[in-house]
Amino acid sequence: MKLVVDRDVLAEAVTWAVRGLSNRPPVPVLAGVLLDANDEGLTLSAFDYEVSAKVTVDAQVDEPGQVLVLGRLLAEISRSLPNKPVTINADGHKVEVTCGSSRFSLQQMPTADYPTLPTAPEPTGAIAGDVFTQAVSQVAIAADKSDTLPILTGVRLQIEGDKLSLLATDRYRLALRELTWNPTESDADQVALIPARTLSDTAKALGASGSVQIALGSAAGGEGLVGFEAGQRRTTTRLLDGEYPKVTSIFPTSVDTVSVIETSALTEAVKRVSLVAERNTPVRLRFSEGQVAIEAGQGDDAQASEAVEATLTGPELEIAFNPQFLLDGLGAIGTSFARMSFTQPSRPAVLSGQAEADGDADESYRYVLMPVRFAS
Amino acid sequence: MRSTASILHLDLDAFFAAVEQRDKPSLRGKPVCVGGIGPRGVVATASYEARVFGARSAMPTAEARRRCPAGTAFLHPRGDAYRKSSRIVMELLHELSPIVEQVSVDEAYVDLAAGDLTDLSTDGVRAAAHQLIDQIRDATGGLTASAGIASSKMLAKIGSDLEKPQGLVVIPPGRELETLAPLSVRVIAGIGPMTAARLRTFGVETVADLQRMERTDLVSIFGTAHGGSLHELARARDDRDVVVEREAKSVSAEETFQTDVVDRSVLEAELTSLARRTAARLAQSAAFARTITIKARQHDFSTQTRSETLLHPTGDAGVILDVARRLLDGVDVSNGLRLLGVGVSGLSTHSQERLRFDDQQELADPLPLGIDDDAEVPATPAGDVRRKPGPAAYVGGGPPSWWPGQDVAHTEHGAGWVWGSGLGRVTVRFEGPRSEPGRVRTFAADDPQLSVAEPPQW
Repeated sequence: MKLVVDRDVLAEAVTWAVRGLSNRPPVPVLAGVLLDANDEGLTLSAFDYEVSAKVTVDAQVDEPGQVLVLGRLLAEISRSLPNKPVTINADGHKVEVTCGSSRFSLQQMPTADYPTLPTAPEPTGAIAGDVFTQAVSQVAIAADKSDTLPILTGVRLQIEGDKLSLLATDRYRLALRELTWNPTESDADQVALIPARTLSDTAKALGASGSVQIALGSAAGGEGLVGFEAGQRRTTTRLLDGEYPKVTSIFPTSVDTVSVIETSALTEAVKRVSLVAERNTPVRLRFSEGQVAIEAGQGDDAQASEAVEATLTGPELEIAFNPQFLLDGLGAIGTSFARMSFTQPSRPAVLSGQAEADGDADESYRYVLMPVRFAS
Repeated sequence: MRSTASILHLDLDAFFAAVEQRDKPSLRGKPVCVGGIGPRGVVATASYEARVFGARSAMPTAEARRRCPAGTAFLHPRGDAYRKSSRIVMELLHELSPIVEQVSVDEAYVDLAAGDLTDLSTDGVRAAAHQLIDQIRDATGGLTASAGIASSKMLAKIGSDLEKPQGLVVIPPGRELETLAPLSVRVIAGIGPMTAARLRTFGVETVADLQRMERTDLVSIFGTAHGGSLHELARARDDRDVVVEREAKSVSAEETFQTDVVDRSVLEAELTSLARRTAARLAQSAAFARTITIKARQHDFSTQTRSETLLHPTGDAGVILDVARRLLDGVDVSNGLRLLGVGVSGLSTHSQERLRFDDQQELADPLPLGIDDDAEVPATPAGDVRRKPGPAAYVGGGPPSWWPGQDVAHTEHGAGWVWGSGLGRVTVRFEGPRSEPGRVRTFAADDPQLSVAEPPQW
């Protein structure tokens, strides 16, 4: 195998392909990145049984062939190379990487032991890259970070025709994003549970592309897999197995109190006030006509309070939240104004966005937050 | 240590047994043991009459039965009744001073210097204590208490024990060391049978002997912390304040089985009941907890504890049970468990509530108070036995369970208490605190005219 490739192109491609590789792979060959020089250029692949990544870049291929080298090492090398064309040349048991006057000689790993990458199912549909990235980041924050109930570490992706919804919950809060997309078939109807961390990484890595294709389903050996493809980048992720809890009754059917607050003002105030809220202690929000008063700390502890302008519809209300959970939600709505809806201080609150103070509610994203209860 | 004898320690005399004798005239002047009455029960309190025969608290009930003569009453504790009297006593203490530290249902410290009492001389505090003890007797239908007053908590507690029952000892400031000197080292907090035995090998029997030991020697024998504190306490150096609220650091419930349990499904049922009891107690102390612990005692008494800490505090029996189940899965039960316990710690005053999923199985609400009537009975050496049997004891099924000492009412004969039960029959003595010793009658265990009753008013 012999080829010449642009330095930036190589660096970006290797970095992307190996980003999911584990530092301690289950089998040594899985620490490798497979380089395949062919008619289309250079294809790089990495796989750790959970996640696979494959990217094809332009390269001048002088001699086709395949080599397997340590992925992270090649990524570091290519990032540190001078900005000149890079020559990769397989030579016996070694792989020579030369760029300008720099010269690296890497050990080849046995390609015979390398597993075949799973093939992604046929694309189920496509979605704009930036929309996908934002939607995933809005929802992934609510996924469970501990592993007591593995099913909750996933994001539930559901497709019904041109409707796509993403949902995650860690039992304390729940995030739901609903959007429209372009399905390949108008009657698409599928549900997949994707590990939140992997989905988050994937969405960030593919988001810069104009369009992301999502492939779900049982066709073409894709059982238990979801595939994402954007441009020359393809990735698959193994799905979580199990029954996701039914959550339809979590959304309150009625609303008593609604308040609309400028998102940035509320965010800043909650951040300031929660400085005195020690680990996991709550902030208290008191909604009254024209303002919301935010307080934290009590008794002998440090205390803080601040008021922020807010509109109020319905009865006044006092409610307490874990400050981080509240900030996560405020950071996710992505609109200038935050709309908070309540029934009672002991019942879940719903946070959603809206573009203008007196505009309409934007319900495409909803963040349901369970309050903190005080002992009585 | 203060310059005045202004810390009072009050201890109700043989409290559980005394309440029983008050409410059950036929038991007055007779030996009474209150505690676990099953084969593995332990005595919680023995009346002074029973102590004559050698019955003691923390003694296995089986041994107390051997020591005490026929006719000794062995009763299951009536938590509600004890709490009712305790509350009245504690209210009287609060009238004396706002700073009352309740140690248990029958014991408290009072900071007299924080109250209205202006005369803190030896005579002044003695008079106040006399009055207090009289008030307690009048308000509780004749319960007696012992009090110690001194310049520190340690001496006050030692004082209340010196002339029990119905004792009142004031240790004047400056006389602490000479009061302490002739006493056995066992009066010092932190010296139990083990430490005492160890000290005996060095010829130390009394506090005076201990006072002669060098600090360095004590530290080399008992380690820095324990040895150092022995040295201080032997010199009556105790600066602990009377604190209004002793914050609970943990809450727990446990169950000793009549026979070792191997069956995981029975253990699961026990765990459910224990989780509910723990959650109910947590709710009573107005707290939530982050750490959940289970305790499993094997047939050979080896005991394992396992714990897990949650991200957010909870008060939910279902959450506690989920974690407890997971922890129990990691315990080998193949040889049978003798005891199972569930506890929570890392307490806080707030709880991050959980969303409720559609298909979530919620545990029934915590047991209503009264059914879980042991909830507030404080830990004593007999702590694990003064409880009603859990589901493991119910596997036989059958008619309602009557237990000795239980308050009952009969539609025809009025109020009484269960004298004994078995073989489908229950024997009740019809009497009350204000009646003469009453008559005994036997009924069928499922007699519809017989029902469980509230503790009587004295």
